[in-house]
Formats: sequence, C-alpha cells, structure tokens
Amino acid sequence: MSEKNIDLTLNIWRQESPEAKGHFEKFEEEISPDASILEVLDEINNRLEAEGKAPIAFESDCREGICGTCGLVVNGHPHGPLPKTATCQLHMRNFKDGDTLYIEPFRATAFKVLKDLIVDRSGFDKIQVAGGFISFNTGSAPDGNAILISKELADQALDAAECIGCGACVAACKNSSAMLFVSAKVSHFALLPQGKPERYERVQSMVKVMDENLFGSCTNTYACEAECPKGISVLNIARMNREYFMAELKTGTDE
Amino acid sequence: MSQLKQFFNSSIGKKLVMATTGILLILFLVIHLINNLLLFGGPDAFNQNVALLESIKPLIRVIEVILALIFIYHIYNAYKLWWENKKANPEKYAVSAKKENSTIYSRTMVITGSVIFIFLVIHLYTLWGKYNFGMEGSENYFEVIKTLFANPIWAAFYFIIMIFLGYHINHAFQSSFQTFGWSSKKYTPLVKKIGTFLAIIFAVGFASIPVYFFLISLGGQG
Ligand code: SF4
Ligand code: FES
Repeated sequence: MSEKNIDLTLNIWRQESPEAKGHFEKFEEEISPDASILEVLDEINNRLEAEGKAPIAFESDCREGICGTCGLVVNGHPHGPLPKTATCQLHMRNFKDGDTLYIEPFRATAFKVLKDLIVDRSGFDKIQVAGGFISFNTGSAPDGNAILISKELADQALDAAECIGCGACVAACKNSSAMLFVSAKVSHFALLPQGKPERYERVQSMVKVMDENLFGSCTNTYACEAECPKGISVLNIARMNREYFMAELKTGTDE
Repeated sequence: MSQLKQFFNSSIGKKLVMATTGILLILFLVIHLINNLLLFGGPDAFNQNVALLESIKPLIRVIEVILALIFIYHIYNAYKLWWENKKANPEKYAVSAKKENSTIYSRTMVITGSVIFIFLVIHLYTLWGKYNFGMEGSENYFEVIKTLFANPIWAAFYFIIMIFLGYHINHAFQSSFQTFGWSSKKYTPLVKKIGTFLAIIFAVGFASIPVYFFLISLGGQG
C-alpha cells in the first residue's frame, strides 16, 4: 500500500452561476497519495454535503481517461501538471507534502463557466456536428483487409483519433484556439479511405463553425500539444492547414 | 470574391497572411543585411553600392511600395489577430504554467513585433527619410551612418532592437512552415534550427553595424 498521507492546501474555484463573480475557496486537506484528484474532490464534497453546504460542481464520467469530461486546471495546467494524463488519472502522489494547489475551470470565452469547475463545451459539439462524421452508411463490419491501409497511415489516423474532445487544448492556449481538437478530427478522417470523399467539405465546415464559436486564432505557440492529455501532435494542425488550402482551391475552381 | 474574403477572414486564412508576408519580410531582411555588410568594405564599396541602387531608382521605388504594402498588411493583420484573440481569452489562471508549455518567443510576438514596428518608423525617419528627402551630404551615405552611430544613444538603440528582432524571427520562421503545412517529424526539427540560425545571423549581423561604428568613433580614427 501507500506511504503516509500528505497535507495539501487546495484553493478551489467556486462560482454560483455563469453571471456570478467567482472566487477561490480554501481547503486544508490531509490526503492519501493513492487518491486521484477527483477522489479528493469527492471526499470534500461528502463532507460539505454532511455539513449541509453546496458541494463543488465538477464533471467526470469514465474516470479512466477516455471520455474527456473531467477537465479542470491545476496550477495553470489543464488536466494538471503531469504530461499526457487526464485529470481523473492524476494521483496525489505527484504532489509533495505542503504543496498549494489552485484548481479552477477551463478559461476561454468559448467555454463559459456554468458552475464552479464546470464549463459549457457545447462549442465542441457544434464543431463535431458540422463535419466530425461520415455521412454514408458503412453497413456491417467489412471483411478484414478488404480495404488496405498502410500501417503508417493507420497509425497516424489512430493517433489523431485518440483525441477525447476534452477541450484542454483550448484551455491551454493563450488565444483559446480550438485548432488542435479540430485538426485531430479532420486528420483522423482525411487519412482514411472512408473519410476521404468528404474531406474538403468537412474541413471547410468544421473550420467555419470553429471560427463562429468564439474560439481564437492559432499562432503556433504549441501550448495545446504540451497540455493535451492524449499527446495529440501539432503536426495535425499542419495537416489541417493543407486540407483547408486544398479545399479552398478545389471549391474555388470547381464552379 | 466573397469566397476569397471569407478565406482571409478565417482563422487559417489569417495565419496564412502572417506567414506569407512574414517570409517575404525575411527575404527582404536578407537583402538588407547583405547591403549593410558592405559597410565593412569601407566608404567606397558602400557608396558605390548606393550609387548602383540610385541608378535603378524607378525599380527601387516600385519595390519600396510593394514592401510597404507587405509591412502594412503584416502589421494590420497581427494587431487584428491580437485583438480578436484577447477577446477569445480574457481571463488568466491563478498560477501561470505558460513557461512550461510554450516558448517565450511564441508568446511575445506582438510585443517584439510592436517594438520592431516603432523602430521601423524611427529608422525610416532617421535614415531612409533623410536620405530620400533632401538630406545634406547624401552623396556620402557612409558618412551619414558613421555619424549617426558615433552617438552612443543611437548605437545602443539600434543594438537593443536587434535582440527583439532575433526573438521575433526565432518563432516566425518555423511558425510559417507550420502554417504552410510544411511540418513533419523528420524535417521540423531542422526547420527550427534554421530559424534559430537565421535569428542569430540577423541579430548579430544587423547589430554589428552600430557596434562597429561606435567603436570606430571611440578610436577617433577618420
Ligand atoms: S486535442 Fe487533446 S486537448 Fe484537445 S480536445 Fe483532443 S484530447 Fe483534449
Ligand atoms: S473522467 Fe473520463 S476522461 Fe477523466
């Protein structure tokens, strides 16, 4: 089992409603190093509820790093300071006795704070609806190797498909740009034969909806890649740019 | 037409504008630096070059207009981006992790760019403007530059600005390649190195002129 418990000071963002002014609330906690940060929040909430106080609102679902709901910011790092780790997988053994943590919601104009640590990420849903899918029925599972895809392409596509749509890239970006997320979706489809027929319409409509939803413009600081819990590469953004230029040339000359 | 307009107003269109105008400005700086280095050849070499450029003045004027347009579009687009991005991200985190997830070069582009912009205006006034608009002794441009940098304040000013220029270019070069979509696991590390190399060459190359003339003035020769 584990070493002994550690004492942490947690400053946690509390905000009643989107319009309300938020503030940090301070909690002094003795914590098991085996607990994940969400479990620490659970424990605090149990206590708050027993005391008849409002629990801290935060999101989570799978708690195994695949659903993307659990994003929050720990000491300026979306999903905490540990690279390639979602909040739910961030364990307190990564902190030292006596550390002070600031836990706050993702901040971006496009991600409005709804309550405490929960933000409205429906902008991502709108981008997905604009093109993050294949619009023809693929039928039942095809025979293995009926469509040959090189290992290299399959790897790149699946690396891009690892994106869990958590929004940490937006939260990390000084411009609140959603480019890493959108480029992951665009790449994952554009690289595979099933996604190719619609690749140009897809990139155009996804970028359009991204721009309409108050996300900023990318200036290549690469903070997104550094903070992404899935290590999505900014090479996808370069690919998306290429796709977009090709799409513009194509739709510009077809008519 | 409206499609074009839409393209240049999209987030990707705007970064293409930054990258394209930026790379053209880097090309200009290469030519500018080569001309500057002729100063080390002494008054004759430099003034001969000035005379040569003078003999193709109409062409130079056309290039100047194009260059001015590129500068203006680059600067205008940068401030537009900066303003929009500020609106997209108005709030800061209690603790900043920016040092750990991005380079200072990439975060300070608008600051280094603004400094260079202010410098550009002053530089146009002190050297280009005076040369073009009836400065006395413009037939000996070498002397003019030498006199300017004998003044420690001007020499230090030009010197410091070149450090900002280096910072700007260090991010700019590799960033342009990324924007054009020319990034790959294999070549991007090389592109970054070339960008840093260029940044150093520009900073050291341009800064060497004020330093050289200031030192000469101290030595009291000529
Ligand atoms: S790219 Fe990474 S940080 Fe952005 S939404 Fe996808 S998984 Fe999250
Ligand atoms: S709770 Fe699903 S990724 Fe963290």
